[in-house]
Amino acid sequence: MELRLAIALPPRERIDRLGLLLSAAGLAALIWLPFVVFKSNRIVPGEPRELQQVLPTWGALGLQTVLLLTAVVALFISDAKRRLSAALAGVIVLALAVAAAANALTPAGDKVMRVAAGAGFWVLLIALGLLATDAITRMRPGPLIRVLLLAASVGIAWAALAAGMFDNLSVMREYAVNSGRFPLELWRHVWLAGGSLLAAVVLALPLGILCHRVPRLRPPVLGTLNLIQTIPAIALFGILMAPLGALAANVPAAAALGIRGIGAAPAVVALFLYSLLPMVANTVVGLRRVSQAAVEAARGMGMTPGQVLSRVELPLALPVILTGIRVVLVQNIGMVTIAALIGGGGLGTFVFQGIGQTAIDLVLLGAIPIVVLAFSASVLLDALIEVLDRTPSMAPQLNP
Amino acid sequence: MIQIEGLSKQYGSTTVVDRVSFDIERNSIAVIVGTSGSGKSTLLRMINRLVEPTAGCVLLDGADTRNEPAHLLRRRIGYAIQGNGLFPHRTVAENIATVPRLLGWPEARIQARISELMEIFQLDAALYADAFPHQLSGGQQQRVGVARALAAEPAVLLMDEPFGALDPIIRAKAQEDLLAIQRRFGTTVVLVTHDMEEAFRLGHRVAVMSQGRLLQYDRPAALLTHPTDPFVARMTGVSDRAMKLLALTTAGEVALPGNSDGPRVAPSATLREVLSELLWSGATSALVVGDDGEPRGQLTVAAILAHGRP
Repeated sequence: MELRLAIALPPRERIDRLGLLLSAAGLAALIWLPFVVFKSNRIVPGEPRELQQVLPTWGALGLQTVLLLTAVVALFISDAKRRLSAALAGVIVLALAVAAAANALTPAGDKVMRVAAGAGFWVLLIALGLLATDAITRMRPGPLIRVLLLAASVGIAWAALAAGMFDNLSVMREYAVNSGRFPLELWRHVWLAGGSLLAAVVLALPLGILCHRVPRLRPPVLGTLNLIQTIPAIALFGILMAPLGALAANVPAAAALGIRGIGAAPAVVALFLYSLLPMVANTVVGLRRVSQAAVEAARGMGMTPGQVLSRVELPLALPVILTGIRVVLVQNIGMVTIAALIGGGGLGTFVFQGIGQTAIDLVLLGAIPIVVLAFSASVLLDALIEVLDRTPSMAPQLNP
Repeated sequence: MIQIEGLSKQYGSTTVVDRVSFDIERNSIAVIVGTSGSGKSTLLRMINRLVEPTAGCVLLDGADTRNEPAHLLRRRIGYAIQGNGLFPHRTVAENIATVPRLLGWPEARIQARISELMEIFQLDAALYADAFPHQLSGGQQQRVGVARALAAEPAVLLMDEPFGALDPIIRAKAQEDLLAIQRRFGTTVVLVTHDMEEAFRLGHRVAVMSQGRLLQYDRPAALLTHPTDPFVARMTGVSDRAMKLLALTTAGEVALPGNSDGPRVAPSATLREVLSELLWSGATSALVVGDDGEPRGQLTVAAILAHGRP
């Protein structure tokens, strides 16, 4: 009896804690949450549909089997590569299942009925996503591998979407309606986030260097930027409307450049202002972190102040400065969303239209790409920081 | 070679260096020694104008150092500091090449100089040239720091507590290396330390500083036998000054003609070491034998003791 128990229940420490949590969440989602939601049109509340109602028996059983095996791997196997493979297998089967469910529920040629992924699908997707990221973290891949993994994931997802695999899912229905505007708004989103970031880099870098050189400037400059950071975005848009409007009315050149009280101009200015604090602060911290002995030696060997800055101080501060840029870029990609409220455009347009029409699918059409953009920017810049940081403490000592 | 004339530095109402004057001979090692806050580092940093003097001037080969831009002056003067100040983002070879690159040497000459210096400083180029400073031991980092300071063949080398961060054994080795390299290149070295032992060991002349003033500038033996200030006597240490005096003379310098059946000692051994050996072995005299095995003379206890008196 004792022996059988021992086989049935492996020692406690061999059960992976994250695996336990994710498996429990996934199981609950499979049992109690709807896999897809069926709506007779895009704005009515949907009716939940169980897995068994929307898939042929073998399909439902197949999905459940694969997910169960994934849960077993998540619970008992510690090898990171196997955990990643199991998570990816789970994601693929899940994607196939939701596409098949949408195709099965949609009558041919129908443009009114909607099939959306249900809460069960999303909980399972998030659990599998966490399992995959945890496995990747455990594998400690180098920066290049991480970028390649990101590119592969985005590429596969894009190929599946382009091939029309999910065309009967409600989000893709919204895309089909907005397919002309979508690339424009996506590009505009990237441009607003990136442009305000670039403008901030141009000002924040010299400002940070100045604050480092003249310590007296630090409290007033950082204090002011901190104050700006505390103003809510909507309030800042409002504050900027009057001066920008006046500028456009009185300076024809400004108006010709497209500067107005509403639209892209106040959005870019607001994002630019929000970007300054993290970048100036990180520039100051990065420069202060540079070994004083190295700076002293550089001066003592005859480098001019400009050479000390460009050859010693900035290269050594670069990883910290780039971390500031990463924070700002991710922050901007999220905040550009609100620019849509004042006519600034971007993916936020879909989000706010969707809210206005109570069409949750349209909200997702804006929100999902924003999450993907922010995540990709974060992975790319993290990799860049790691490549550029030539002073890791991890490198081995060379002494025999 | 280096003439320091009435050099002063004031920060507000605080005088850090107070009217210091002394000359440093070509091809010699001058050590500036003092307690912390004595102004010794500030004095050193005024020689290459990292600190601009409030009054007085420094003449290098008779020319006032204020007559050329400070950064060009510094490229002609080697500079090594405590904790070595290596650039952590540059390889050992790139670190060593710093000043030659600033001076625009042709690449072939730079590479030749890097190889030469790495060999002199016992750093295997195949192993360490492309390594980063944090991959080296403390002693190796310190050697790279000195190699970098000497890269552009400066006539003058300034060193600010260069061995301060090393443990005693590596430190003794680094001091020996410095003496050998100074003899090899004939560099004029100005070294700052708070350690009187180090000053006596390295300095042809030692400048003792206290509270910004130069108390005495003389040969080590003269500091022991004729201190001009009670502070100098305190710094040099009164209780064992006879032993310190013996440590300044080597057996080869004072060996007398004759033979001895006592212990054999090298000409480079100090009288202090020979006396210690005689005490240990119970003999009354030692035979000084050169590296070639030829006897150079003998030393009796009485003869050694005579050198321990002023």
